[in-house]
Amino acid sequence: MTSPTLSLRGITKSFRDVVANDRVDLDIRAGEVHAVIGENGAGKSTLAKILYGFYRADAGAITLDGTPVVIRAPEDARALGIGMVFQDLVQVLAFTVAENVALFLPDLPAVLGRAALAPRIAAISERYGLGIDPAAPVWRLSVGERQKVEVVKLLLARARVLILDEPTRSLAPHEVQGLLDILRTLKEDGYAIVLIAHKLAEVLAAADRITVMRRGRVVGSLARAEATEAALVSLMFEEPMREVVPSESAVASAGTPMLELSGVSVRAEAHGAGLTDVDLAVAPGELVGVAGVSGNGQRELGDVILGVVACTAGRKRLAGQDATHWPVSRMRAGGVAFVPEDALALAAVPQLSALENAVVGQGARYARAGGLALDWPAARADVARAFARLGFTVPSVDAPLATLSGGNVQRAVLARELAHAPRLIVALNPTRGLDARSTAATHRALLEARQAGAAVLLISEDLDELRALADRLVVLCDGRIVGAGRRGDHGVEEIGRLMTGGR
Amino acid sequence: MRHPRLAPLARFGGLLVIGLGAFALLLLVFGRNPLRAYADIFASTLGDSYGFSETLVKVAPLLLTALAVAVPSRIWLINVGGEGQLYVGALCATWAALNLADWPRGPLLAVMALLGFAGGGAWAAIAGMLRARGWASETISTLLLNYVAILLVHYVVFGPWRDPEGLNYPQTTPFADGAILPAWPGSRVHLGLLLGLLAVAAFAFVIARTRWGLEMRAVGGNVEAAHRLGLPINRYVIVLMIVGGGLAGLAGMTEVSAIQGRLRPSLSPGYGYTGFLISWMAGGHPVGIVVAAFVLAVITAGGDILQMTQALPGSVVNILMAVLLFVVLGRPQARA
Repeated sequence: MTSPTLSLRGITKSFRDVVANDRVDLDIRAGEVHAVIGENGAGKSTLAKILYGFYRADAGAITLDGTPVVIRAPEDARALGIGMVFQDLVQVLAFTVAENVALFLPDLPAVLGRAALAPRIAAISERYGLGIDPAAPVWRLSVGERQKVEVVKLLLARARVLILDEPTRSLAPHEVQGLLDILRTLKEDGYAIVLIAHKLAEVLAAADRITVMRRGRVVGSLARAEATEAALVSLMFEEPMREVVPSESAVASAGTPMLELSGVSVRAEAHGAGLTDVDLAVAPGELVGVAGVSGNGQRELGDVILGVVACTAGRKRLAGQDATHWPVSRMRAGGVAFVPEDALALAAVPQLSALENAVVGQGARYARAGGLALDWPAARADVARAFARLGFTVPSVDAPLATLSGGNVQRAVLARELAHAPRLIVALNPTRGLDARSTAATHRALLEARQAGAAVLLISEDLDELRALADRLVVLCDGRIVGAGRRGDHGVEEIGRLMTGGR
Repeated sequence: MRHPRLAPLARFGGLLVIGLGAFALLLLVFGRNPLRAYADIFASTLGDSYGFSETLVKVAPLLLTALAVAVPSRIWLINVGGEGQLYVGALCATWAALNLADWPRGPLLAVMALLGFAGGGAWAAIAGMLRARGWASETISTLLLNYVAILLVHYVVFGPWRDPEGLNYPQTTPFADGAILPAWPGSRVHLGLLLGLLAVAAFAFVIARTRWGLEMRAVGGNVEAAHRLGLPINRYVIVLMIVGGGLAGLAGMTEVSAIQGRLRPSLSPGYGYTGFLISWMAGGHPVGIVVAAFVLAVITAGGDILQMTQALPGSVVNILMAVLLFVVLGRPQARA
């Protein structure tokens, strides 16, 4: 048995009244992938940030190869050979791979020896099959490739312990496997890897040891051989989750569709695919799924429906009315709800509370005295009702959203968007990055809205999600609809083939 | 931050100490005693009632020009054009003072204030519309429009509006009594101070309580989300620029009416730029604006004293303000 490379004992960290880490013990060994899993808000990210020196633990000790160490700042962690790949990659887009790597190296000379650095990057890329070109500008790389650049950085900076904070969160499905393969090779080379995650399949595929956190505590640590999906789920969640059982939709086949796109095209922006000649209709009481790999027009589809970007061709109808040139405010007033991934970027204002976020898009509803005052009691009651109907609780509706966990932010946005009986719901990867329980809650909410007669358009990369929920499925690839069918028509392979551009 | 309430105050004090410290070094280099200089500044502005009243005279326009920056900055707009907006406001108010001179005082002052606001607002609206259309950065266009505005005032006082009996000085004829803002008896402290304080209070109220304040906070906090919530972002860009410019224009009206009594090219000792500094020091916070406006009014007023007691050029306080601006902008997450 190897001695632990890095040992954490009794790590405790509180923010105000919330205990984010409660006497956490963790052993990270060389040559091992150690997964740390748990629901959103279980304390995984806090633990990683303590390890990397972003936060200082209130109590507890860290030892490296048996020697006590103090990690006050990321510089300390780096000096000790601890490196971290963040959820949000910190890179200079205009720089090349080599320049980005050079920026990170501790021995950055005054005159850059780019010529010397490139072969070192190429060598690592070769060793681990990363396929990275040192001369490529970073803005041209996909998120998956940029993540690999981060790994290269850490290896060149001689890190021995690599912490990856939810690395698969923003990866397309086919990129996930590649990353897991890389982790395996790194492990064989003796690196110690901490994998923060919450997708059980990935964890079971990649990890040698799995530590489960719940409410800031370690509730179990299993060797891969002992771990089963059922065992992990029962550790992660106190109560058994309600399974989502989709029922057949109550859609009336005749009648006016709630949303109708005919021949809609959108000009491609910087990195997107745009849309070309998209025909799509969603009826009231119907949940239509849009499958496809991100970056193939998904975001544009959501934005064109909402009115954020203009159609360059084609027409858009809402409940039979021509809405092609309606501004966002009119689409919103017409009962269009929007539930995107990463709500803090696209749907909510981090500095405002859940309550304020619920009011700000509903000025006409809550304004009193012509806007000089707002009816906060009414808004508070509406928010409470919306939360109660969905069975959600959040710690506080008065705290800035930025202080809540990702799952709670998504709950707050869902509750807001569904509060006023929308006629059309556009959901864009609504469960990406959410833990299993928040995902189930989101699915339930969408299905209930559909049962209540709303038209739902679910744009997602998660095929399991689409196959479980959608009445109809279309496949979006390179800005075009390349396939369509009713539930059960397509096998996974068939959809996968269409998603990746097969004909 | 460990003490979120105290943090802005500590920040403010820290900025001031660093700025005053750097300026003290400069005074030492010139062989002056910085402690004496600071003692002179404070004694002359806070130590006697005349000095204090002169400080308040400077607080009035500074409150308005600080708001001219703070209002648009709520939604990340950077208005560097307070000075130009002040000049255009003064120009428009002067038109009323010269052409409606026989009106009674109340209506005349009201029209002058309205025209001052409208002039400054229109000047800023140019930049706002360019920004809303995505044609030009408001930072650059407001800055450049400053020069146009000041030259416009030069043109009228050297040309069409020049006082024929003014010994060829570039200035208009003195205003009629009805065009002069009432002042506190025995001092130059005028109604503009009240206007400024009311404007700050209104700003605080709008931000904290109203629908528009909430929407501004949303647009300022996350413009992508605000867009998708259906908030009229371009309308806010234009309206907030107009309101900001209008407040600077109002400062121009109060200066020309209460202090100058006629339009002159040397209307403002850089009130527009000092307002920018105040807003950034205060982080756009209403109470902070009042405090910072007072502190900078002390420094501005104290500059004249340094000239007398330390034999330094009066403009030496501009160095102090520049140092302060550097310190404010030098913070990593500086925002107005």
